[in-house]
This record gives sequence, C-alpha cells and structure tokens, in this order.
Amino acid sequence: MSAKQEERGEVTIEFRDVEYQIFGNSREPILSHISQKIRQREILVLLGRSGSGKTTLLRLINGLLKPTSGDVYVNGHAVAEGDPIRLRRGIGYVIQEAGLFPHYTVAENVGLVPALEDWEKNRISARVEEMMHLVGLEPREYAQRKPRELSGGQRQRVGVARALAADPPILLMDEPFGALDPVTRAELQREFAQLARRIAKTIVFVTHDLREALRLGSRIVMLQAGKIVADARPEEFLKIDHPEVRAFAASFEMAHGASP
Amino acid sequence: MRVWTFFASHRAEIFDATIAHLLLVLVSMAIAILVGVPLGMMLVKRRRFRALALGFASVMQTIPSLALFGFLIPLPFLGGIGTRTAVIALVLYALLPILRNTVVGLTNLDPAVLEAAEAMGMTEMQILVKVRFPLGLSVILAGVRTATVITIGVATIAAAIGAGGLGTFIFRGVAMVNDAVILAGAIPAALLALAADAALGLLERRMKVV
Repeated sequence: MSAKQEERGEVTIEFRDVEYQIFGNSREPILSHISQKIRQREILVLLGRSGSGKTTLLRLINGLLKPTSGDVYVNGHAVAEGDPIRLRRGIGYVIQEAGLFPHYTVAENVGLVPALEDWEKNRISARVEEMMHLVGLEPREYAQRKPRELSGGQRQRVGVARALAADPPILLMDEPFGALDPVTRAELQREFAQLARRIAKTIVFVTHDLREALRLGSRIVMLQAGKIVADARPEEFLKIDHPEVRAFAASFEMAHGASP
Repeated sequence: MRVWTFFASHRAEIFDATIAHLLLVLVSMAIAILVGVPLGMMLVKRRRFRALALGFASVMQTIPSLALFGFLIPLPFLGGIGTRTAVIALVLYALLPILRNTVVGLTNLDPAVLEAAEAMGMTEMQILVKVRFPLGLSVILAGVRTATVITIGVATIAAAIGAGGLGTFIFRGVAMVNDAVILAGAIPAALLALAADAALGLLERRMKVV
C-alpha cells in the first residue's frame, strides 16, 4: 500500500473497514472492506471505471451517504455521529454538472456558504471577488451574471470558487471537468493543478481519466468493483502489475499513441 | 337582440352576481392555496404520504361537481345550504391541481442543484425555502392557474345549493328555457375565466427561472 505517504502529515480522512450496500439489494456490495487514510494536503485521486464505487466513496466523506458498516472519520470525528450540516460547511464539493443555483447570480452562488455561515456583507463580497480572481473570472464582468449566461468551463470555475469560498480544509471533487470539451478540459486541468498546489488543501478527486489522475494526483487509488486494487504515487502507478491498472494503461496508450 | 336587452335591463343584477361569484372563487382559492401549498411542501420528504394525499385529491376531482355539492348538504357542521358548503366543495376541487403542481414543482428539479445544496451544508428548511420554492414557483403557479379556471366554472353550479353567483342566471335560464338568461350567467363566467387565465399566465412566466 501507500508506504511513501505514511510518515507525512496528519490523517484528515479515514475509512475503517467500510462497506456500502443498497438496502434490500442482494447483489455484491457497492463498496467492501475499504480502509484508507488520507493525509493533510494530499491530492488523492480515486480512479476507476463507471460503477467501481468511486463516487460512492466520495459521498461517504461528507455524509451524503452513510456506510452500511464500518466508520468514516473526518478530522478525528466519526461522520455518522456528528452534525452533518457543520461537517459539510467545512468540506468543499464540486460536481460534474456544477450544480449552480440557476436563480442566483454568480456572486450569490460563490458566496453561498459564507452567507449560510452569516458572514458580514462586506466580508462576503470581498471574499467572492477574491475567489473569482482565484479561478480566473473577472468579477466586474461575471459577478452579476446568471449561470445560464456562462459557458460550461466558466460554470465549473464558479463551482470551484463556490466550493473554496468558506476556506474549507477539505475539497471533494467528482469528475469536475468530465462534461467539458477536451480543450477546455485540459485548460482547467492545468490551471487546477497549479491552484491545488497553492491552496494547500486535502483534496479527494474522482475521475475515470488516467491522464487527469497522473496530472493532478499526489497519490492514486484505483477502485474496481468496490474494492481498492491499487494505491501508489503517480510516478509508480503505471509500474503496478494489476490487470485493471494495465487495462487503464493500455487504453491510455491506445488513445495517445505512446506511453505518458 | 333579446340577449342584449336582457343584459341592459339587468346590468346591476349581473354585476352583483359577478362580484358574488368572484368572491366565492377568491375565498375558495385562498383556502385551497393555504392548504395545498404547505401540504405539498410537507410531502416533499414524505414519499408514502405523497401518494395518499394525491390519491385523495384525485378522488375528489373525479366526483361530479353537482354530486359533491349534494353529498355535502346533509353533513353536520360542514354541510347545509349556502355559501359555506359551496366553498368547501370548491376547495376540494381546487386542491388537486395545486397540490400536484406544488409537489411536482418542488421535487422535479435538477438533481445536481439539490445535491450541491445538500453538500454545501444547507438544512432541509433552507433547501426548501431558498432552492426548491423559488425554482418550483412557476410550476406551483401553473397549478393555481388551472385550479382558478376550474373553480370559476364549477362555482356556477354552486348556485344549485343556494350559494349565489353567476350560476343563479344559468339555473334560472334553464328552468325558464331562456337562452338570454343562461348567457347572462355564462358570458361573464367565461370572461372571468379567460381574464384569470391570462393574468396568472403572465405571473407564471415572470416567475420562471430558466
């Protein structure tokens, strides 16, 4: 397993023998025997095919889903026992479709969590401006627009700004660039890779794209049929001799004509 | 020509009946909205009761209106002859479109928006008030609009149990076999329905979030 990471940083998120199964469903569990420690400031990429359980794993962290058995800990507290509202205000969340509120302006969307946290008006607007600069959107031009007046890439930028607005120590991202065209996608990946290093947060990033995983991750965990089958730093990941890793590597080479 | 002479000679009476009709509709709609919208809100997170409540409202709608008025007359407290009974029947009629559209409007939303709202740490109440309600408002208003048009029509039948309104002319005209008298009730009722439909349609479009 992840020998290289063991010494560094405090554990922020921990899974202890977690299993997740849809109640009354006799099929294989969606996740089984997941034990995993995610340390402060890691950028952990969960890689796997559709249906491998990576999104489920992500949603267990902010309590959108509850494990069937086992426990998830965030900052040393069991997710199942704490107040889910408090927990979520401290965890940023970015999803593929962005999920911006269509009746809010960009500024209102970005300032959502600070407003929920009852920040003062001036502090919110200063923070919104700062966040918009951070994700490369000029506030004067975009702050008063509605989400429908933005491109897909701009919406995702707003999604990232919203997730970071209350300065949460943890950021969860579920294929945030998955629905974008390849050019915009590469652009946002590149920018986000730089941003991620600057903001120094614990990031859990779900993707099915090996190139994205290699580009962004400080560690890659591969899921297959609800189990962790590989766990390595990007430099070593492609050397792993597991059939699922090989399958991803092979399709990657086919798409790009050479090994990365 | 007989129609116009009748209209001209009964202006005041027709006007009063129109006002009475309008009041009957407004009171019934106000109650139906005050019951239907909060009930719909409560059903957002209670899937089992949702089917039950919508089923009840659907059954109410299938009862022929004249029969519903008839059923209510012998009931103690609620029933009897007059305006109160008519209002109860009209509320029961208006409930289905309002309740159904409220539930649909509040639940049939982009799942990504709801997921984001929950993940940002909004409480159930905040999600209901700040996300579901504003995004579902135009659908709720569409239900109010349908219910209003239905109620204006059904309220004419309320005259059968002595609730007054434009139905008085219609029933009198039928009894007298006099088209002019029937039209004195039917035309203002139709105009009311058209006006309500247009006004609420305008409001509905203004509330729509694209």
